[in-house]
Amino acid sequence: MIGEGELRELKRKAREVRVLTLDALGHLGVGHVGGALSVVEVLTILYYRHMRVDPSAPRMAGRDKLVLSKGHAGPALYSVLADKGFFPREWLRTLNQGGTSLPSHCDMRRTPGIDMTTGSLGQGVSASIGLALGNRLNGDAGTVFLIIGDGESNEGQVWEGAMCAAHYRLGNLIGFMDYNHMQIDGYTRDIMDIEAPEDKWAAFGWFAQRVDGHDFRALDAAIERAKAETSRPSMIVMDTVKGKGAYFAEDNVGNHNMKVDEAMAAEAIRRLMGEAL
Amino acid sequence: MGAAVATEPREMRVVYAETLVRLAENSADIVILEADLMKASATGIFQKRFPERAFNIGVAEANMVGIAAGLSASGKIPFAASFTCFASRRAYDQFFISCNYAGLNVKLVGTDPGIAAEYNGGTHMCFEDLGLMRNVPGLVVFEPCDPVSLAALVERAAAHRGCTYLRLHRKPIRPIYPDGEAFELGRGKVLRDGGDVTLVATGAIMVPEALAAAERLASDGVSAAVIDMHTVKPIDRDLVLEYARKTRGFVSCENHQIVNGLGSAMAEVLCEGCPRPLRRVGIRDEFGEVGTLDYLKARYRLTAGVIADEAHAVLKG
Repeated sequence: MIGEGELRELKRKAREVRVLTLDALGHLGVGHVGGALSVVEVLTILYYRHMRVDPSAPRMAGRDKLVLSKGHAGPALYSVLADKGFFPREWLRTLNQGGTSLPSHCDMRRTPGIDMTTGSLGQGVSASIGLALGNRLNGDAGTVFLIIGDGESNEGQVWEGAMCAAHYRLGNLIGFMDYNHMQIDGYTRDIMDIEAPEDKWAAFGWFAQRVDGHDFRALDAAIERAKAETSRPSMIVMDTVKGKGAYFAEDNVGNHNMKVDEAMAAEAIRRLMGEAL
Repeated sequence: MGAAVATEPREMRVVYAETLVRLAENSADIVILEADLMKASATGIFQKRFPERAFNIGVAEANMVGIAAGLSASGKIPFAASFTCFASRRAYDQFFISCNYAGLNVKLVGTDPGIAAEYNGGTHMCFEDLGLMRNVPGLVVFEPCDPVSLAALVERAAAHRGCTYLRLHRKPIRPIYPDGEAFELGRGKVLRDGGDVTLVATGAIMVPEALAAAERLASDGVSAAVIDMHTVKPIDRDLVLEYARKTRGFVSCENHQIVNGLGSAMAEVLCEGCPRPLRRVGIRDEFGEVGTLDYLKARYRLTAGVIADEAHAVLKG
């Protein structure tokens, strides 16, 4: 159970991650605002409470690994990794500039702390299975965390992986589905309805839960329950708000990849900093 | 090649599987993945010997290749196999992004290439994979022609740090090379020297046809060199250019579309390095169809007779 002090600290971190992400996107002028901001809480609780990682040894054996299969949320993860010390914060404003180490989609060859290259949707699910099988073979006790999108779940490969991870009883694999209810062309219910995702994952043999993806205590409890499941993979469906925390993005179905100028970013940051934690 | 060449054909798939077992005995990192074609690949012997290192992913090639990427990211050296059509066309983006773009170390294997698909017919007949794979930056693409080169080149592929694509003929093939012959990826083999024309072939179907064509040409008074270009990418540029200076022209021989396969790779080398006439024997912009190997060889003009005719055409200019 997360105590009051830690809860406040997690909220502060999440706000900081949003600020850094908005600053980077505003500096660039365009980006995947919606899907980056909807996963801030899960990234925060993973990297500041659950994951065993060492910024000075990003490839450390035995570490926990994250496959951000919705690779377009990279900018939010970069903010976390910079804050953790995997690379200098100054890198964040190089997002998507030629020669950068921080491309829009996660790239394990370029960015310290990125465990898998992602961006072609669906593929991270299979990669996470490979990592989990690899851990099993290597006698590595690390957990593999996976984050997929709701639009991403239109991809058949997601469900090939769903069947496979259950078959191999991958208790060392914990997935999250960022159910922000929007995909590029509109609301998921209109484009390709995936309701109720937790039932689908359960039907495939996963330990499936559904929680508020912006509620740290709910997320934490779900992760603890998932960790206790050692003989099957877990999927935590997170109800989230796409563009969470950016006044111009929330409730804007066009927020998948949108223009953000520096003034918009600055105003969003000002409002975030003015909110009570 | 001083040592004697074995005369009995050997099942290529068995050679493949036995080679992997041998590699796995010396390295805990060797793992295999199959997509419900373990029987076809004969890798059951690997599964029996190393059950924890053999993953049958079911009929899900994209997932299999993605899992191979994750295993590679864990330090493993995965060999993932399926029929050529599925390994290449179906799982191309997974191999391209999750394995190659990610800088990982996955060994993809496509079995029954081209007309070797025989009774499975057009749906399973892949004439495109060399082209698809040649377009993947940095990928090593190879097609051994006999059991000896297969075993040696699989060992080289396992030792290579980076992705490879093996085009694997599964059926029994008579050895061309003596046991113990050494091979390097990217270094073609001169099987027969000659001064008039050079026949460059790849794979277990076309190398023997090219050798037979050279015999026919000899009886016609033409001296034909035969090169086994087992590695299509990176192609052995030096060897092609050496024979460009040594002979008057080339015939490329491949069980694949003439577009973007061996013949195309040779044309690129020749045009840039030492222009010489080149005629390409291969599939000419067609889909596959069902039939026996002999029927399909004749149907798609992948025979020694056609190669010899093309060699004469090269020499006529």
